[in-house]
Amino acid sequence: MTRNAIKGLLLATSILGTAGLAQAQDVTLTIESWRNDDLSIWQEKIIPAFEAKNPGIKVVFSPTAPTEYNAALNAKLDAGSAGDLITCRPFDASLELFNKGHLASLNDLPGMENFSDVAKSAWTTDDGATSFCVPMASVIHGFIYNKDAFDQLGIAVPATEAEFFAALDKIKADGNFIPLAMGTKDLWEAATMGYQNIGPTYWKGEEGRKALIKGEQKLTDEGWVEPYRVLAKWKDYLGDGFEAQTYPDSQNLFTLGRAAIYPAGSWEIGLFNTQAQFKMGAFPPPVKNAGDTCYISDHNDIGVGLNAKSANSEAAKKLLTFIASPEFADIYANSLPGFFSLNSTAVKMADPLAQEFVSWREKCQPSIRSTYQILSRGTPNLENETWTESANVINGTDTPEVAGEKLQKGLDSWYKPAK
Amino acid sequence: MTDIPSSHDATGLIKRPKRWHIGVFLLPAFIVYSAVMILPLIETLRLSLFNTVDGQSTFVGLGNFKVLFGDERWSEDFWNALKNNVIFFIIHMLVQNPIGVALAAMLSIQKLRFAAFYRTAIFLPTLLSFVIVGFIWKLILSPIWGVSPYLMDLVGLKSFFSPWLGKPNSALIAVSLISVWQYVGIPMMLIYAALLNIPEEVIEAAECDGVTGWSQFWKIKLPLILPAIGIISILTFVGNFNAFDLVYTVQGALAGPDGATDILGTLLYRTFFGFQLQLGDRSMGATIATVMFLIILAGVSLYLFVIQRRIRRYQF
Repeated sequence: MTRNAIKGLLLATSILGTAGLAQAQDVTLTIESWRNDDLSIWQEKIIPAFEAKNPGIKVVFSPTAPTEYNAALNAKLDAGSAGDLITCRPFDASLELFNKGHLASLNDLPGMENFSDVAKSAWTTDDGATSFCVPMASVIHGFIYNKDAFDQLGIAVPATEAEFFAALDKIKADGNFIPLAMGTKDLWEAATMGYQNIGPTYWKGEEGRKALIKGEQKLTDEGWVEPYRVLAKWKDYLGDGFEAQTYPDSQNLFTLGRAAIYPAGSWEIGLFNTQAQFKMGAFPPPVKNAGDTCYISDHNDIGVGLNAKSANSEAAKKLLTFIASPEFADIYANSLPGFFSLNSTAVKMADPLAQEFVSWREKCQPSIRSTYQILSRGTPNLENETWTESANVINGTDTPEVAGEKLQKGLDSWYKPAK
Repeated sequence: MTDIPSSHDATGLIKRPKRWHIGVFLLPAFIVYSAVMILPLIETLRLSLFNTVDGQSTFVGLGNFKVLFGDERWSEDFWNALKNNVIFFIIHMLVQNPIGVALAAMLSIQKLRFAAFYRTAIFLPTLLSFVIVGFIWKLILSPIWGVSPYLMDLVGLKSFFSPWLGKPNSALIAVSLISVWQYVGIPMMLIYAALLNIPEEVIEAAECDGVTGWSQFWKIKLPLILPAIGIISILTFVGNFNAFDLVYTVQGALAGPDGATDILGTLLYRTFFGFQLQLGDRSMGATIATVMFLIILAGVSLYLFVIQRRIRRYQF
C-alpha cells in the first residue's frame, strides 16, 4: 500500500517535473540586483512589457539585500553562477568587474546611442573608449520646501544665494519652522545633501570636476572652498542640536511639517509624497547672481550590464536594448518617482515634484558628484574624507580653508593626475 | 602462545590502558576551536606580512607595519584610534568597575530589601543586544525627540543639555558611558559572588576586633575581593580593545564627528572591509588586527606574569 503510494508520488513528480522542463524550453534570463524595492515594478510592469514583445524569453528579477549585493555578486561571478544580467553600481565597483572580464563590452549594443556621455560616464573605462552597462537611473539634488510654510510667510522661491539666505532669515525670525532640516550626525548628509548639492554651482559642474581629475584645479581653489563657506553659514539655520541629528531625524522633521526647507536628493520624493501632509515644491541649488548658469548634481546611480559568461547573451542583449529604449525609461521613471531615466529622450513625469526636479535638466548644466569618478580609489578615500570635513565645516570644527587643505593633502598623498 | 600474556598479567605488571577516550572527547572541541579561532588568527598574522604588488600577493616582511607607523596619514589615524581606545578603557576602569564594586557591596548588605530585583534590573542591559542599546541611547540623547532634554528641562537644567553624541569633545565620553551603563552588571555580578564567598567567620572575627562599617569594607572585604577585581580589569581591557559594535551602531563606521569616537575596532573594520567608495584593503586590515592582537597580548601578559603573581590570595 505505502509502496504503491510512494510509486505514485514518484511517478507524479517525474511527470510534473518533465512538464515543468517542457515549459522552460524558453530562454530564462536572470537579473542580479540590489534593488529589493523595485521587485514589484519589475514583476508587474517591466517584465510583462518585455515578454509581450519577445515571446520565448522569460525574465526573472532576483534582488539581494543592498548591503550584501557587492560581496554576493562577486562570489557568484567567480563561481560562474551569476545571472545573465548584472545591475551595475556606479563607477569603480563596476569598472573592476569589467576589468576582471565579468562584464561584456556594450559599445555595439543597439540603443546605447540613446545616452549622453555624462550618462554613460559611470560605466565607461577611464579612457572613455568602452561602455559596459546601460545607464538606467540617476538621482538629482536640490531643495524640497514646504509650500504651505512659504505661502504663510510670504516667501518667494529663492533663485539666488542672497534670496536663499534672506528666505532662511525670514523663516528663522518667524520662529514657527526650523529653516533647514539637516543634521551632521551621519556625516554623509552634510556631504551629499550639502556639499555635493550646492557645490557644482561654484566649481561649475563638469568643468571643475574634470579639471580636478586632470590636476588643473585643487580642492584649495576658490571654486571648491566657496561651497564650504556657504555651508558654514547654514549652521545658524539648522535645528537645535543638529550635531546629533540623524538622517531619519531630518526626514521626519520635514515630513512632520516642523522644518521649511529640506536639502534633498530626488530619491526622497516617493517617501515624502506618502508621508507629508502639506504641499511640497522644489527648487534647484541657488545661483550666486541672478542670471548665472545653474548647475545641478544629476548623479548616475543604477545601470545594467551583461554577464560576459552568460549562456543566453543574444536574448540578454535584446533585454538590454529594451532597457535602453524610451519605453522602458517611461515605465521605470514613472513607477519610481525620484529615480530619473538617463535616456536622452525626455520622459514626461506624472508626479509634479519629480517633474519639477527633472525639468532642471533643461535649464541647468548637469554634473555628477565630484568625488565618485577616479578620485576615490586610494587611501585616504576622498569621499569619506569629504563626509567628515563637510560635517566639520558645518559644526565649526574646521574652517572652510582648512577643510580644503586637508582634503587636498589627502588626495595628493596617493593621486597623481595623468599629465 | 596464549598463556604468555595471561601469565604476564598475573605477574602484576599492570599495564595502564591507553586512555584514548580523552583524545577522542577533546577532538571535536579542538577541531572546531582550531578551525574558527586558531587558523584565522594565524592566517591574519600571515596576511599582515603580505601585500598586493602589481596584482600579485607578495611577501613584504614588515613593510605593512612600516606604512602603518611611518606613513603620516596612516599613523595619524592609528594613533588617534589608539588614543581614543585608551580613553575608552580608562573611562571604563574609572567608572564602570568602581560602580560595579559599589553596587555589589550594597547588594551584599543583609538588610537590603528587593536585592534580587535590583540585581536583575542592573544586570539586564548586559543581556540586551548592543544594537538595541545603541538605538535606545541614540533616541534618549536625541536633541529632537529625546527624553533627556525634556527631563532636564523639568528640573531646570535644560541649559546643560547639548547634543553630546554629535560634538567632538563629548562624543567619546558619551559612547563610553553608554557602554558602561550596558556592562556594569558584569563586574557587579563577579564582585557580588566574591563577596558572598567571604566566610562568615572572618567577618565575625573582624567584628569582634571592632572592625565594622566602612573600615571593615576597606580592610577586610576589599583585600579579599582583589583577585576578582583583577579578573574584571583584564576582562575590561580585552573587551575594550576589541570593542567595535557599540561605536558602529551609535556613531557609524566613520566614527564621527571628526573621528572623535574612532577606536581600533572601527578603524580595522573600515580598512579591512572598506566603506562606501573605499575598497577594502585586506593586508592593511590584517596589519591593524595584528597590532590589536599584540596590544591585547601585551596587556594580558602583563597581568598574568606581573600583577597576578603579586596579588595575595587567602585560603580559608
